[in-house]
Amino acid sequence: MTKGQIHAIVGENGAGKSTLMKILYGMQRPDEGEIRVDGKPVVFHTPADAIAAGIGMVHQHFMLADNLTVLENVILGSEPRRGGVAIDFRAARKKIKEISDAYGLAIRPDVPVEELGVGDRQRVEILKVLYRGARILILDEPTAVLVPHEVDELFENLRGLVREGLTILFISHKLDEVLRVADAITVIRRGTTVASVDPRDMTARHLAELMVGSELPSPETRESTVTDSVVLSVGDLTVRDIDGRAIVDGVGFDIHRGEVLGIAGVEGNGQAELVEALMGIRPCTVGSLTLDGKDITGWSTLKRREGGIGYIPEDRHRHGLLLEAPLWENRILGHQTRRPNVKGIWIDRTAARDDTQRIVEAYDVRTPGIDTAAAALSGGNQQKLIVGREMSGDPVLLIASHPTRGVDVGAQAAIWDHLRAARAAGLAVLLISADLDELIGLSDSLKVILRGRIVADVDPANVTPEQLGSAMTGAGEAAAQ
Amino acid sequence: MSERDEAAERGGGRPGAGGAGGFRDRLLGRVRLSGWLALAAPLLAVLFAALITSVVLLIAGSSPLAAFDTLVEYGSQPRTMAVILNNATMYYISALAVAVGFRMNLFNIGVDGQYRLAAVVAAGVGGAALLPGVLNIVLVLVVAVLVGALWAGIAGLLKVKRGVSEVIATIMLNAIATGLASWLMSNHLGVLTGNDLATRPIPEGSRMPGMELIAGTPKLVNGFLVVAIILGIAYYVLLNRTRFGFELRATGMSEPAALASGIGVKRMVVTTMVVSGAVAGLAGMPELLGETYKYSNNFPAGLGFDGIAIALLGRNNPVGMALGALLWSFLGNSSDSLQMINISKETVDIMKGVTVLSVIIAYELVHRYRIIAEQRRAGQETAASPAAEGAAA
Repeated sequence: MTKGQIHAIVGENGAGKSTLMKILYGMQRPDEGEIRVDGKPVVFHTPADAIAAGIGMVHQHFMLADNLTVLENVILGSEPRRGGVAIDFRAARKKIKEISDAYGLAIRPDVPVEELGVGDRQRVEILKVLYRGARILILDEPTAVLVPHEVDELFENLRGLVREGLTILFISHKLDEVLRVADAITVIRRGTTVASVDPRDMTARHLAELMVGSELPSPETRESTVTDSVVLSVGDLTVRDIDGRAIVDGVGFDIHRGEVLGIAGVEGNGQAELVEALMGIRPCTVGSLTLDGKDITGWSTLKRREGGIGYIPEDRHRHGLLLEAPLWENRILGHQTRRPNVKGIWIDRTAARDDTQRIVEAYDVRTPGIDTAAAALSGGNQQKLIVGREMSGDPVLLIASHPTRGVDVGAQAAIWDHLRAARAAGLAVLLISADLDELIGLSDSLKVILRGRIVADVDPANVTPEQLGSAMTGAGEAAAQ
Repeated sequence: MSERDEAAERGGGRPGAGGAGGFRDRLLGRVRLSGWLALAAPLLAVLFAALITSVVLLIAGSSPLAAFDTLVEYGSQPRTMAVILNNATMYYISALAVAVGFRMNLFNIGVDGQYRLAAVVAAGVGGAALLPGVLNIVLVLVVAVLVGALWAGIAGLLKVKRGVSEVIATIMLNAIATGLASWLMSNHLGVLTGNDLATRPIPEGSRMPGMELIAGTPKLVNGFLVVAIILGIAYYVLLNRTRFGFELRATGMSEPAALASGIGVKRMVVTTMVVSGAVAGLAGMPELLGETYKYSNNFPAGLGFDGIAIALLGRNNPVGMALGALLWSFLGNSSDSLQMINISKETVDIMKGVTVLSVIIAYELVHRYRIIAEQRRAGQETAASPAAEGAAA
């Protein structure tokens, strides 16, 4: 890595990115090899050693105490002292101001963190690291939690940091972002460096192929399998928040057998609430809601699931899995009233385990066994298990929320294949995704959601991601986000 | 690496992230430990507790060896062994009640109030001898179960309907139970004999027969030992083999995931509290039906809190809790013997406390070790599988 550069490390999930970072940050020890900082070999036993050597890490998920102020969060653990015991707030505030001004971070030190937005919080995390004297910053998937304009701001900040002579190591699997911001890129696959490239002569596609090591799959679906029979019909669905504001506002659509209906929209425009309302998790008012012609308005989540709705939730850790439970128990989750998992009131362990084994094989879930805890699997393998589970309930409708988010390219292709196969077999799919290529490639019809309303119908056959993107922001309404 | 990603995510703790894998989950034993580690951790912890107690004894100027020798010698006498078994039975039932809640992330601190109130009412009903013989035993048990369940159910309803933390609700219900019990005793159920206020004794034909299990003592082993064993088995089967148990554990591991899976979380909260209370109601029955046959001021107090400690010790595992209950009972019953060699019997309380603490710490260490080992294993297996499989699938 060269000083004063943004160096990106890209690789699939499971390629070794985070392990590498943890070694650099002293959270894990390398088996062999050495690390050099400014030409000097160093050995890190703990993160404190790494900090002392000027390496700071900004974690993917923020480690901030919400009820403390920015200043208190920044100095937490390395408080400047006055007279041995008292905390020297004045010195701390001065130093934070200096750093913030020097790097253009625009930090207000006395605001409680809970009042800050995600982008601000990230800047606080960066400042925290700078405060401790870091000259090399490691950012682990920093854009995962940001909306597009916050990403722009972050990149602006990063360029500012680099101009001031800092060095940044940027880990991501969002290739277009990497290409935008990085000065140098290292591609790793299965734990080894496969290429060191210059972003100026790379395309996202080429980079992705380096990551996967093979020709890239595309989400294109082949011929249409859409039929005339309506599986899910939604009319005038409205979800209100506690203040009575409509988060989802009068949404209606039909999905037919063999049809994939995509919902495009900038995140936070009601997609999550719409999905939860359809699953019966979130209360809503609805004009009509039928599944296969049956009115399901009053049905509980369980009854909707039993009625043939499969559900791939947006946040698999929170809603899709029991992380500490073995895979075979996760196979039961959401299907705890149905064969092969139960017989009457009893859990049918043998059948459930056999069926889990079948899913693991059919969906290529890479795991030491079905007794492994779900938490031990990589994101892609967890997601394959969820897809396999939801497909195993003989669904007539699949609600798939970001089905390939945070999943490596290989697993993504596998999940797309399964969705296509199920669609060909007559499954109706409601697809919500932030990946425009995925939406355009998989969907038979597309609707754009903005501030809780369906604002446009788009034909995926002749729309570009750019056109779709501008429709999502309200075509020129700059304030869409 | 991404296995580590996930671990970092969980460790890092997204705000409000489902609670999966938190320290509290491990503390409450919802995270499973397997193999020899599950045995080694508590054994080491007990040894460590003995070590700390020895230091305390040395500081106090007593000989640890003499103390432990006395404890063991007294504890291994036939009569003491029978008493230990009898008390352990009560501890065990109480621990089961606590554990049912723990498995679902519910802190039923109220086992104490539930068993006492249940015992008072059941003693009153039993003493009235409404039914003959064995039928009266059944009646007493049913009443105890119902009272315990109802009392705990209040806390469950408050949590579901009003969002009151079950910890607060059950603590307050404990206080109310104390008041209610003494009101019942002085105004309705109690009979004053001399200075002793007690319920009418349960007639002889309606008492739980004892068993001559331990040779060399006339002291009988309480028949409830059998009931406790059956309860332990039922607990295991209910939690691990039934749909209800699965839903209970799933809700405990991740409430959002349970909701998304169509599990009625609110209904589960109430049901679990009711089940926990029902078991709690039985905790006082060995004493009532097998020892004193009446409720008085001498009725054992604080069983509910012993149950919490034992559930923690045994990690909600039915066998673990049985061992924990025996250890607890051994320490409690042998402590009197320390006074014979001029050591304060409260030394044993220190040992109990340190045992619980060090068991929790030992489990935590073992858990961290296990997670790392499992991730390493999953990582290796993944790396070993053929390269392009994922892309080809």
